[in-house]
Amino acid sequence: MGLQESLASGKFVVTSEIGPPKGTKIDEMLHDAELLRGRVDGINVTDLQSSVMRLGSLAVCHLLKERGLEPIFQMTCRDRNRLALQSDLLNAYVLGIRNVLALTGDYASLGDHPHAKPVFDLDSVSLIGVIKKLEMGTDMVGNPLNGAPNFFVGAVVNPGGNPVEAQIIKMEKKIRAGASFFQTQAVYDVGAFEKFMKRVAPFKVPVLAGIILLKSAGMARFMNKNVAGVFVPEPLIQKMAKAEDRTKTSIEIAAELIKDLRGMCRGVHIMPIGWESKVPAVLDVAKL
Amino acid sequence: MLLSQQKPLEEILKSLEGEKNIFILGCNGCAEASGTGGKAQVLEMKGELEKAGKRVTGFTVVDFLCQKALVQSRLRGKAKEVKEADSILAMTCGVGIQAVAAVSSKVTHPACNTIPLGGMRGEWRGSERCRECGDCILDATGGICPLTACSKYLLNGACGGTTKEGKCEVDPEMECGWRLIYERLEKLGKMEKLHQIHEPKDHSKMMPPKGLRLTERWALEQGR
Repeated sequence: MGLQESLASGKFVVTSEIGPPKGTKIDEMLHDAELLRGRVDGINVTDLQSSVMRLGSLAVCHLLKERGLEPIFQMTCRDRNRLALQSDLLNAYVLGIRNVLALTGDYASLGDHPHAKPVFDLDSVSLIGVIKKLEMGTDMVGNPLNGAPNFFVGAVVNPGGNPVEAQIIKMEKKIRAGASFFQTQAVYDVGAFEKFMKRVAPFKVPVLAGIILLKSAGMARFMNKNVAGVFVPEPLIQKMAKAEDRTKTSIEIAAELIKDLRGMCRGVHIMPIGWESKVPAVLDVAKL
Repeated sequence: MLLSQQKPLEEILKSLEGEKNIFILGCNGCAEASGTGGKAQVLEMKGELEKAGKRVTGFTVVDFLCQKALVQSRLRGKAKEVKEADSILAMTCGVGIQAVAAVSSKVTHPACNTIPLGGMRGEWRGSERCRECGDCILDATGGICPLTACSKYLLNGACGGTTKEGKCEVDPEMECGWRLIYERLEKLGKMEKLHQIHEPKDHSKMMPPKGLRLTERWALEQGR
């Protein structure tokens, strides 16, 4: 079942993600992907995550597809102009990739090539619009295509954005441009997320809440200080600080969050950031 | 206003290698304001070059080194000193350096780097900047340009990288341009403008229009 069908079926949907390696050794990454087989409805493949040069999302999505997994092709506007983005969308389609997550992308200076030229020729909203044009059988300027692709297009939203109203306005623009589902930035503050979901309920578009596994109290504090829109409440930080078995506590926290979020949104998107092997345990504890 | 910054002395001296006699040109325009090419910096440079064993045949500070006619006439007044020089060291921005190189038969060395401001500033000091994009959208953004105020020049609203303090995650010193736009539109009661979807920029409009090349003004600038 594809991601689109999973969402249409009304079930609580789970997606997760893998990050391609910096280099050509892919066995570990494929092993991580195998751990998710049968447990998730889609696997995001990050696009030069954190602006670090590495193996690309397109090739890895293809490898997942070949293995019968359901890839979600993350596509950012940071590194390609409008010609390259459109071409890679056609590339993705002929390689059997159907899910695209359209993102603006991190700024280049945050990664390991801070001297790179940041592109941002398109932005997330216009990229979604371009995908829709390709599906209608023309490129973005109206030239006919010999064969049109067809995608299930997703986008992201930051429920902790500042101000959140600006994020909601942009979310609505993404929906108008053609986004059919959303994944969010990491959620820890269930109360705040509930308020956000009430605000966006009229959009009637599936939202998968972001879950990042807390590895330590230090990581939580780091994110509170440095990651825009992420807020880990103090009780969770204390729980991690006092944990005897940090892994176990982390899994429990994530599972608890998932249980709390279950009634509020259509699913969750688990970003393991190196803890891919823990994802099945989280799903076990969350009874998913 | 073009902002310039003096190159490291080491780099300047390397570019002057094999040349003994140097003529220094300063600029009383933006370079003076940048503290890189006014009279004080020219005299300082003269001292440094002499310390390094060079002979400074002469120097002058021109009001605007980017004005070729002006540069040409001032160099004529210093014809003897310029003639004696192996090269000219121009302490100004990239436009000034090119103007000097265009009107002089001597090699022109840049003493400064021109620092990107992410768009042109007005002639008078201020923080507003213009990318000269050829298709102004300030009407939709409350008079704040997202091409210069946003790190990613986003047209359709903030990314997820606005910090709790409302800054840009790329640079904690920098305001999130889209937060400023949001607040301005809120103040103006024009929030509906935020819902407008903007098409990607037409980058061909960021090139000087062909028609401009046919004008008298352009021809004058080209010295035709």
